[in-house]
Amino acid sequence: MNEKYETHEHDVLIIGAGGAGLRAAIEALAQGASVGVICKSLLGKAHTVMAEGGIAAAMANVDQADNWQVHFRDTMRGGKFLNNWRMAQIHAQESSERVRELEQWGALFDRTEDGRILQRAFGGHTFKRLCHVGDRTGLEMIRTLQDRGVQMGFDVYMECTVTRLLKDGDRVAGAFGYWRENGRFVVFKAKSIVVATGGIGKAWPITSNSWEYTGDGMALAYDAGADLMDMEFVQFHPTGMVWPPGVQGILVTEAVRGEGGILRNRLGERFMEKYDAKRMELSTRDVVARAIYTEVREGRGTEHGGAFLDISHKPAEYVKRKLPSMYHQFLELADVDITKQPMEVGPTCHYVMGGVKVEADTAQSSLAGLFAAGEAAAGLHGANRLGGNSLSDLLVFGRRAGLAAAQHAKTTSAPTLDAREIEDAERELLTPFERKDGENPYNLHSDLQEVMQALVGIFRTEEDLQSALTKIEELKQRSKRLSITGSRMFNPGWHLCRDLKSMLTVSEAVTRSAIARRESRGAHSRIDYPNLDPAWGKQNNLISRQAEHMNLRQEPISTIPEDLQALLAEEKGTGA
Amino acid sequence: MAEAILRIFRGTREGGEPVEYRVPVATGMVVLDALHYVQKHQAPDLAVRWNCKAGKCGSCSAEVNGRPRLTCKTRMDTLPQDKPIIIYPMKAFPVIKDLVTDVSWNYKVNKKIPPFQPRKGVEWKMYQPDIDRVQEFRKCIECFLCQNVCHVLRDHEKKEEFGGPRFFVRVAALEMHPLDGLSRTSLLKNELGLGLCNITKCCTEVCPEAIRITDNAIIPLKERVVDEFYDPLLRLVRKIRNAGKPAPE
Repeated sequence: MNEKYETHEHDVLIIGAGGAGLRAAIEALAQGASVGVICKSLLGKAHTVMAEGGIAAAMANVDQADNWQVHFRDTMRGGKFLNNWRMAQIHAQESSERVRELEQWGALFDRTEDGRILQRAFGGHTFKRLCHVGDRTGLEMIRTLQDRGVQMGFDVYMECTVTRLLKDGDRVAGAFGYWRENGRFVVFKAKSIVVATGGIGKAWPITSNSWEYTGDGMALAYDAGADLMDMEFVQFHPTGMVWPPGVQGILVTEAVRGEGGILRNRLGERFMEKYDAKRMELSTRDVVARAIYTEVREGRGTEHGGAFLDISHKPAEYVKRKLPSMYHQFLELADVDITKQPMEVGPTCHYVMGGVKVEADTAQSSLAGLFAAGEAAAGLHGANRLGGNSLSDLLVFGRRAGLAAAQHAKTTSAPTLDAREIEDAERELLTPFERKDGENPYNLHSDLQEVMQALVGIFRTEEDLQSALTKIEELKQRSKRLSITGSRMFNPGWHLCRDLKSMLTVSEAVTRSAIARRESRGAHSRIDYPNLDPAWGKQNNLISRQAEHMNLRQEPISTIPEDLQALLAEEKGTGA
Repeated sequence: MAEAILRIFRGTREGGEPVEYRVPVATGMVVLDALHYVQKHQAPDLAVRWNCKAGKCGSCSAEVNGRPRLTCKTRMDTLPQDKPIIIYPMKAFPVIKDLVTDVSWNYKVNKKIPPFQPRKGVEWKMYQPDIDRVQEFRKCIECFLCQNVCHVLRDHEKKEEFGGPRFFVRVAALEMHPLDGLSRTSLLKNELGLGLCNITKCCTEVCPEAIRITDNAIIPLKERVVDEFYDPLLRLVRKIRNAGKPAPE
């Protein structure tokens, strides 16, 4: 049946080679599984490489009072208690061990005076908790995992894009995709699949995310019948670059504030006093992003529509040592010397708390054989993610997904692929070449971004969101008329045609979920419903596919055990 | 708004030629922005590798006016405005299409390098001054610009015998890791051909992370190889002195 296509077979197939995908691969290999890792870019270029500030883990190297219980509470409070409590518990308990493991595999974190891993302060974390390497922690992490995985012997399929999950009855059976280099099609057969494809930021124009962040994994899982959850919660990082235009959205690490950076408006006021007097600049990201946005909207923004972020009161050598890439980024791209001048910053679309709904312990989705980890999965972060909890998420749940996927593969028979499904996937990809003078994918992408930025941004209203939904529907119709010129060889316009399909799916999921949630919680701020609603605090929005229709339903969040509830009760109501 | 003329290589392994595109120049624009403009408005199939657009992933390497650069960090206003900006793919690697080259050889070399191996029973303590140097090497973003300008690879095409600056940096990071217990000098001498490097420092000059590749990585590694293979007396002394002790560094 499959002679027509290049075919590869693995016990465990991992889609995505960022922190979660690589950690999953390492664990599945350790279990003796045959592992294939597929990535859209070259190995080592995944978005994890851009993570700057650090990995949150209650190692208590700097603040001895820290422990997993406090980390758990901080995470739940940051997420406005919408988090999957079990995930938050596992995450807080296991992240220290995962960091130590990285060190044993060769990662070199910055050190304390007495030779241990140094930890820095970050928004929403009670104690100094972020293990870091200057402001390039993600690079250290991905290089360490990459070297480990290569040495253990996984097969890597680089610059390969998966466009469809294949099924055998009610379980996953493999994946269909194309090689970016030559446009040829490729089929993967697998007993278990881990989706570790990251986020959805490219649906917005001002974003810290790379071109890969088009929501592929979530859209693939959705198409295959898995549930998505919490899609309304999109994190706008408070500090992206705002000037010059070409660099708009590029991330300015929270470590600037962790190291003592101060936010001021055009009038020189330290405005965080008005929004969170207790935690000031180290408040949670949702709060700081709204604060900057509000300052700008009310006319107190900087010349280019942002706020000033200033670290120049610290010694220049210290700044260059702790924030080297920020120093170079501003000097080279914006002609700003951050040791002498303030930076201009504003919110940038950064992260999605929602994603594929998973079981806490196993990362198993609602579809048999399909697992998800990292940003592509939902649950850990609730309504708002704390900085530093992403890298630890990748390690903790990447490992658990790899473990569960390998175990699932051991107890499952080889699946059978459906030739019709494969042919259909091929036909779908080829249609843009067959049309003449249809829609230009780049224009459609810009139009989608415009809709999401204007109508599904930091502050939302029913009217805006309904209008967004109408426009997304129009864009979906236009996407059926996409056409492309050139050959199938490394053709980015053609690749974008397929990426747009994923972006439209996740954009619709975000918008529908945002309409349903008539309250403001964490990163989801409704001007027409500005308060927390206790009833909404007890349920998640779930998205699933029914034929061609996107179905939305609510499910109650599971009851938190008393011992954990007691942890949350301490200091409840303060700060957050 | 000012306008720039880009002359971009368009073609494949079979050949190609530069094609001219006109692009409006905005404040602070970088060459990668200009390439994206061309993709959106004139050539949707223009092949360009990129990811972060922030100088952190090392994907968008190309040769701009003959100089190997990250296009995301090359400001248009640093280039002469009165003549066309010439953009070619990296020369040392086979072109796949337009500005995208086949860099798979690098991944093959990387596989030859034995990973970090902690000494037995090691205590997991390290001090900042002992790792400063290694952290410098670990800043490498694998843009492969150093490989691209290294004349051993670029002009003499000795890919079979030579690892190139990127991998000397990687080996240096492992060799100088305070807790590593392996020696990779034989690999350096035999498989990675360290002796072929005649320290012209071209690699150091193009490194976007300002890693002092030649001075801090290559020269100390050359010294180790010399000590190990060409100075039997010193080798013997070391062996005796280090018996039962952790490896040097």
